[in-house]
Amino acid sequence: MSTRATFLAGTTALVVVVAAGGGVHSFAWAADAPPPAKMTTLGDWLRMLPDGTVEMYTDKVEVGMGVPTGFAQFVADELDVPFEHVRPMLGDTSDTVSAGGVGGSFSTYQGNFAIRNAAAEMRSILLAAAAQQLGVPVAQLSVNAGVIHVAGDATKTLRYTDVLSALAPDPVFPQTGEGFNVDLTVPAKPKDWIDYRIAGASLPRKDAAGKAFGRYPYVVNVKPAGMLHGRFVYPPSIGATLVDVDASSVHGIGDARVVHVAGFAGVVATREWDAVRAARALKTTWTPPAVTLPAQAQLADFMWAQPAIKQNVVKDGDVDANIGGTPIEATYFWPFQSHANMGPGCSVADVRADGVTVWSGTQKTHALRQGMAKLLQLPPEQVRVVWTSDAGSYGRAGLEESAAAAALLSRAVGHPVRVQSMRADNTQWGTKAPAMAGRLRGNVQDGGIVAFDAVIRQFNGNEVFSQPSVAGSFLAGQMAGFPNDAVVYEFGQYGSASAKYEIPNMRASAELVAPFTPGNSPLRTAHMRDPEGPGTTFIIESFIDELASHAGMDAIAFRIKHLKAPRHIEALHYVAQASGWESRPSGSKKRVGTDGELIGRGVAFATRVVTTVATVAEVGVNPKTGVVRVRRLICAHDCGFIVNPKSLQGTIEANLIQSMSRAIYEQTTFDNHNVTSTDWVTYPIAHMHDIPDEVKVVMIKRPTIAPGGAGEPSSRPTAAAIANAIFDATGVRVRTAPMTPKNVLAALHAQGNIT
Amino acid sequence: MDKTIRLRVDGHAHEVHADPETPLLYALRDNLALENPRFGCGLAQCGACTVHVDGKATRSCVTPVSFAEGRAVTTLAGLGTPQHPHPLQTAFAEEQAMQCGYCLNGWIMTAAELLAREKKPSRARIKEALGSLVCRCGSHVAILRAVERAAKEMTA
Repeated sequence: MSTRATFLAGTTALVVVVAAGGGVHSFAWAADAPPPAKMTTLGDWLRMLPDGTVEMYTDKVEVGMGVPTGFAQFVADELDVPFEHVRPMLGDTSDTVSAGGVGGSFSTYQGNFAIRNAAAEMRSILLAAAAQQLGVPVAQLSVNAGVIHVAGDATKTLRYTDVLSALAPDPVFPQTGEGFNVDLTVPAKPKDWIDYRIAGASLPRKDAAGKAFGRYPYVVNVKPAGMLHGRFVYPPSIGATLVDVDASSVHGIGDARVVHVAGFAGVVATREWDAVRAARALKTTWTPPAVTLPAQAQLADFMWAQPAIKQNVVKDGDVDANIGGTPIEATYFWPFQSHANMGPGCSVADVRADGVTVWSGTQKTHALRQGMAKLLQLPPEQVRVVWTSDAGSYGRAGLEESAAAAALLSRAVGHPVRVQSMRADNTQWGTKAPAMAGRLRGNVQDGGIVAFDAVIRQFNGNEVFSQPSVAGSFLAGQMAGFPNDAVVYEFGQYGSASAKYEIPNMRASAELVAPFTPGNSPLRTAHMRDPEGPGTTFIIESFIDELASHAGMDAIAFRIKHLKAPRHIEALHYVAQASGWESRPSGSKKRVGTDGELIGRGVAFATRVVTTVATVAEVGVNPKTGVVRVRRLICAHDCGFIVNPKSLQGTIEANLIQSMSRAIYEQTTFDNHNVTSTDWVTYPIAHMHDIPDEVKVVMIKRPTIAPGGAGEPSSRPTAAAIANAIFDATGVRVRTAPMTPKNVLAALHAQGNIT
Repeated sequence: MDKTIRLRVDGHAHEVHADPETPLLYALRDNLALENPRFGCGLAQCGACTVHVDGKATRSCVTPVSFAEGRAVTTLAGLGTPQHPHPLQTAFAEEQAMQCGYCLNGWIMTAAELLAREKKPSRARIKEALGSLVCRCGSHVAILRAVERAAKEMTA
């Protein structure tokens, strides 16, 4: 970063920025506020090239939802340059500002401010220079497609590129905030939301055509000179540690050789197929499993029997005094689920004496830089992480596992090494969304919830830090002997707070259960598309629906009765309208499809930070087989200002399908010693034949309200909407996810009011 | 034991030195530096590695390279170019029928085989033909739109 800033001590804090033609931008902040700890240059965010191209530097990488395209729309709009001229430069730690990377649906919600400020400031500087050159006040200037015009004088025009010298030296500004909140403070003010024209339009995602033509760069294709292919060996059971490696077992497989670092063993070879075969052939000896896992069918009982740390997430009024003598009670269960990324994760690491380069599809390159530095015991300044797209990643998916292994292997053999995980490495040994068990009680009087008491137990997630910045959070790091010293409780703080209902006596508690083992666990838990929201919302919103039934009320009317915020209520109105919702108590109308399916509709509602989602599902349930077919999904989605409607629609549709998959198919299976979900057969997900006949997205327009996040919120209500629709169809509550034929039949038989 | 295997990929003739049992995927990627077919599962369960072999969508992760000898192999990049696009590529780009796009080989190459054989397939037929492909992101709704759009384009 540039250091052309002068701090003046005393009562007036000031940064002096040298700008166009010796002109000076001064920026002052309040004397009683602490001076900013960090400075940033405009060029850290945006650079305009002599041909008019605007390079946009951000660590908000493209995970497939179009965030960088949206940012480019803001930049084009602020500068009034063609959208096509803005080129995203994504996630390289050597030239992007660390702003938390991608996560938590925060990229647009929090990240828009810095990039809009940078663009507004670039425009302001260039216009000031143009005004000087043209001899007119700035107020008389306007810009159209990068050409600066003077009001009332068509003979006078300039291009931005004629005044580029105004951007040298690179202006410096205070950088505020940490992580997702990083912003830069500039004198210029971005446009009002209502005035955006390029932002707000359905412009093409900048990655779409490249992907369709097979030309988009993926990390699997990175190939530095001298690169070898590597694989590493996973434990045969939970908590097992490496005892011995028989290096002779790979002899004769191409030029494969073995790398052995403490409890970490891997192979490298010139040809990838040789590395794959050598990893399979490598004979290793391991200690017995560290623990015996509970039988999968008893996981909920096991979780309730464990010691737990209790956190009250929400507490209002006096639940104990108002729960009544015979509260409505229910227990729920949500299983472990696998990230099961489309590609199992790939990274290339080049560890050299003069520096380290890692190519990875991680969501958080700057955090991975820290993690790689710790793993290699080097200062972070010696590590560069270059983001290159991998398969889709929805949280702490563990794509970084390959980066840790590649770094260890590259250091050992003195070559760049590419490690691509195999299917089982990712599905079986990758990170998991936590299993959850819920106990809920409620008291309903006169159609209103008097008291609501929810306890949700889940694994605490402390063995995988949300940031890939801790060497011992990587499986390869654990095996190489690094302590897992992050120890942050990742769960019990997000989803439980999702119920926004006005309930006088309310208690929502998270109870956190320790992991099975601190290391080498195939059931280590981590954020998975909305850290824990789909599971928590399944539990809470299913139970809210039960309370509506006990009140004898329509499920949407009951929810609206307990909501105050207009945007919450409007989302429910929109979804009712778009789905053709028939207002009546659920379970009160028998509908039978042509093939004997029982048909029902259900609703669920969720918020995530400022975003509000209401989803209606229509299902058909085969009462003989227990098969649930989702016939329709209708989602009303309010995330404030919509940066790109087409991108948003694609993101919401994909959210709905992925969360439907989690609701009706997905559970990580395990035996006493290991996960047994290893591939797409043993970890089934939704396929084309499962896609509903109708998927409808209602994007509620809020052109004057700052954008919220959209990457995760619409994954929240789907499972509960489906479960509530099953109740409407059958009169039976399925309280165990996923809603597989087995779980549905079990509920039908246990509750048995099928006629 | 390595052998010399002659391949014709995307219209170009190549000689590959590899064990005949090597999966075609690795021969294409490693020996020919063709970047498009991608490893997804190695088990023929997902389709990320799909190429055409003599016009038939084939999972290259379980197909020995020797099988492709003397046959025409086509990858997504060889199906069409921005200058001469296959209608499916245009439709997938226009519909933004992908999130991460890692799986896209499977969908476009399998749909290309379908549309080469059948004009105006019904939605049910498209779902059936694409039934064994995996998209973890859940882009299926947009993919259906894209395939139907291309089918319409190809019969217009």
